Amino acid sequence: MTAVTLTVNGTERSLEVEPRTLLVHALRDDLGLTGTNVGCDSSSCGACTVLVDGQSAKSCTMFAVQADGADITTIEGVADADGTLHPMQQAFHEHHALQCGYCTPGMVMAAISLVDEYPGLDEGGVRHGLEGNLCRCTGYQNIVDAVLAAAGSGGD
Amino acid sequence: MTITEEAPGHVGSRRLRKEDPALLTGEAKFIDDLALPGAIWVGVVRSTEAHANIVGIDGAAALAIDGVNEVLSGEDLAPLWGEGALPCAWPVTPDMKNPTHLPVARGTAKYVGDAVAVVLADSRYAAADGAAAVVVDYEPLPAVVEITDAVADGAPLVHADLDSNECYTWGLWGDNAPAVDAAFAEAAHVVSERYLQQRLIPAPMEPRGCAAVPSPAGGELTLYSATQIPHILKVMTAVVLGIGENKLRVVAPSVGGGFGCKLNVYAEEILCSALAMQRGAPVRWTEGRAEAAVSTIQGRGQVQHIELAADADGKVTAVRVKLLADMGAYLQLVTPGVPLLGGFLYHGCYDIGLYMFECTSVFTNRTPTDAYRGAGRPEATYAIERAMDSLAVSVGVSPEEIRARNFIGADAFPYESAAGLVFDSGDYQTVLDKAVALADVDGRRAEQAQRRASGSSKRIGVGFSSYVEMCGLAPSRVLASLDYGAGGWEAATVRISPTCKVQVVTGSTPHGQGHETCWSMIVADKLGVDPDDVEVLHSDTAVSPTGLDTYGSRSLAVGGTAVYMATEKVIDKARAIAAHQLEASEDDLEFSGGVFSVRGTPEAEVPLAGIAFAAFTAHDLPDGMEPNLEAHVTYDPPNFTFPNGTHIATVEVDTDTGDVDLIDYVAVDDCGVQINPLIVEGQVHGGILQGAAQALYEDAVYNSDGQLVSANLGDYLVPSAAEAPRFRLDSHATPSPTNPMGVKGVGEAGTIAAAPAVINAVVDALRDLGVTDVDMPASPQTVWRAIADAQGGAS
Repeated sequence: MTAVTLTVNGTERSLEVEPRTLLVHALRDDLGLTGTNVGCDSSSCGACTVLVDGQSAKSCTMFAVQADGADITTIEGVADADGTLHPMQQAFHEHHALQCGYCTPGMVMAAISLVDEYPGLDEGGVRHGLEGNLCRCTGYQNIVDAVLAAAGSGGD
Repeated sequence: MTITEEAPGHVGSRRLRKEDPALLTGEAKFIDDLALPGAIWVGVVRSTEAHANIVGIDGAAALAIDGVNEVLSGEDLAPLWGEGALPCAWPVTPDMKNPTHLPVARGTAKYVGDAVAVVLADSRYAAADGAAAVVVDYEPLPAVVEITDAVADGAPLVHADLDSNECYTWGLWGDNAPAVDAAFAEAAHVVSERYLQQRLIPAPMEPRGCAAVPSPAGGELTLYSATQIPHILKVMTAVVLGIGENKLRVVAPSVGGGFGCKLNVYAEEILCSALAMQRGAPVRWTEGRAEAAVSTIQGRGQVQHIELAADADGKVTAVRVKLLADMGAYLQLVTPGVPLLGGFLYHGCYDIGLYMFECTSVFTNRTPTDAYRGAGRPEATYAIERAMDSLAVSVGVSPEEIRARNFIGADAFPYESAAGLVFDSGDYQTVLDKAVALADVDGRRAEQAQRRASGSSKRIGVGFSSYVEMCGLAPSRVLASLDYGAGGWEAATVRISPTCKVQVVTGSTPHGQGHETCWSMIVADKLGVDPDDVEVLHSDTAVSPTGLDTYGSRSLAVGGTAVYMATEKVIDKARAIAAHQLEASEDDLEFSGGVFSVRGTPEAEVPLAGIAFAAFTAHDLPDGMEPNLEAHVTYDPPNFTFPNGTHIATVEVDTDTGDVDLIDYVAVDDCGVQINPLIVEGQVHGGILQGAAQALYEDAVYNSDGQLVSANLGDYLVPSAAEAPRFRLDSHATPSPTNPMGVKGVGEAGTIAAAPAVINAVVDALRDLGVTDVDMPASPQTVWRAIADAQGGAS
């Protein structure tokens, strides 16, 4: 077992993990943060997307030990303490950008990172920027509109 | 019964979903999120052979792994289920073959993915490691992979104890044969087409999973499962394992999509339940994605032969269909019934006098098929809509004209179809006209002509698909006539608390459809309360003991109607109390905006809140009346509902590379009265992309050895936002007279319509090059080859 220290949603957490433990399982099973979902075993679907030092990362593709010392933000950490949704969460709600909701935490995290990194994206930019996150329910249109709205760059 | 709601109300508004906050914040609990300390983790060892005798199972290496405690073969596990086997609820013919389907195979593995042993371990990692370390000694047997191979002379047998690979043959109206033959003999135009429906992997974003938790004192069991059907699963698990239904509770937590593939009773659910009862400990299993590709049912898998006979004007006089359907190696819950759900609809939305449908279903050494979004109806729509385009070419008219000449007229409803259904309502021509205008078909055709004339390698194609589906499954007596093993009703309870908050218990089982929001809107309008004051309980048999769950676009038309009727029943009781309090006749009372008042005496009124409290205290109720405001309804629909629509796809095809770009997609749907257009549009968007994905991307590819070579999401091409087009929608509601709200259902419409629209567009783009057909998925290679073949076999 290896000692790992992560700052998760602003709180420093120390845990002992097997070296092969995936970051997503450390978050879910060791820290109880089950908002981050696992949808595949090939880094294809993006359901497990979190922010690692501010950038989106697929947490099923990182070992927890690789994240040692990193600042991690999960879906549990983006709304305000008083429960006010993050503007991206709010935009997803207002645009009906989720149905079953399983891809949603990863999609929201990827979208937050995308908008942060590339302000002013147009629709095509959003669509390509979210290519690594699959959704089976929505056909993406409302997701794209939500991201554009949250980015302040249009959308219905 | 009235067709329309009192306006203005919540029904019909784009109300945001009450389900969202929990899902957006990570609070929602899916199956793998459940914390079960001390649980036994199951790893399933799956056959790597399509067909093989299991000679030996060596668990030594697995047992050497820290945390792996047991390796159990099908023989070891057999006492757990005794005579029990995985159930098939739809014996479509008396002589249908239904080979015994054990949760874990004994003796012979029948498909890649067939469970052959299990590992019990302390953790998810140990379970996975252990399952990978079990060494199975196989003696390979000849495998039947393709449908057509299954019926070939001398084909190997999937099941050695059966005399052929045929599961059943089911037909509609065989005594029509002479008349149909005559129609074809007299026809001015005959279309004869053969289409392939490739196998599809449903791929909800949440794989399956289950956890069985016994009560500490023993004897009782709670089964948590990522399922669409907790109620049916409960009955089936009780029957298979011989557990009293009173000892069993089934809970579907938040479920991350289903699309039909979670409408089943799976080996792992039975296995975990049986082991938990035996061991007195929680037993859990979570499916991996590549595992899901072979261990969860697949969809489609048909070879279709459709023939149309038409007169000189292109009016179709007869439709004859022969289908070969792939059951896979075993029959799951409704596997054999899926082709039948399409079997009534191969004449599409056209007024056709003579109809013959015959389906032969066969076993292959592949994962079982079963219901996948649309279940039989996308296949039927694909065949008729592709064939109608062929007929249009033969007659020399446009796709919209051939449809117009054959549509069931708006004045013909209720319309008795040649397949024996009674279509409820529709105005197919108006729907098509709206779609044509929205899609700017004339403009697109001008662009198509211009590009052809200029010799551009970027061709434009416009494709039509007009569909009708049967939803609202289903009148129980009709299901009986089809030999289905259950009814088609749905249950609802509506309770009003002492403080006038409302609790709705529904037998529908949402997994993304927004039932909580829609049921709240329906009830709120009727009671005059705020939708936020309505809670909707579901998906737990301890809370919602009666129900038949969610599939086949049935929830609103059947489950929503049950909620509507239960609400009316509660209002009837409240009215009797109000009449008692106001010393008026019930007939003189009006109920509006949550207040009972005496007609003509406006000051004599009492709010529902007052009635609710009076019903609770029971101090002054009419003689003989039971306390409390609560009503239960079980609604058995008198008919199916028949959503319909026209979709128009526009594609750009690169003739140099074969690449297809879906550049526009227009859909005009008639799903009857819409409770929440926001949710309707979301269902249509997602449905269209799933259908378009069959047309362009998705394919469960098997090699000749029966190995699935597109098992993960890198190879199985679920589209991303980058591939998805922008959808442009409109609607045209003809309220269904079948139910009081006039609703029809919309969960499958997009998927049913989309594939033929897209392929018709691809063919339209390439028709001047001699292309008349393109197989699905229309990958760049497939399209390029179709062009090359049409151009004289260049390769």
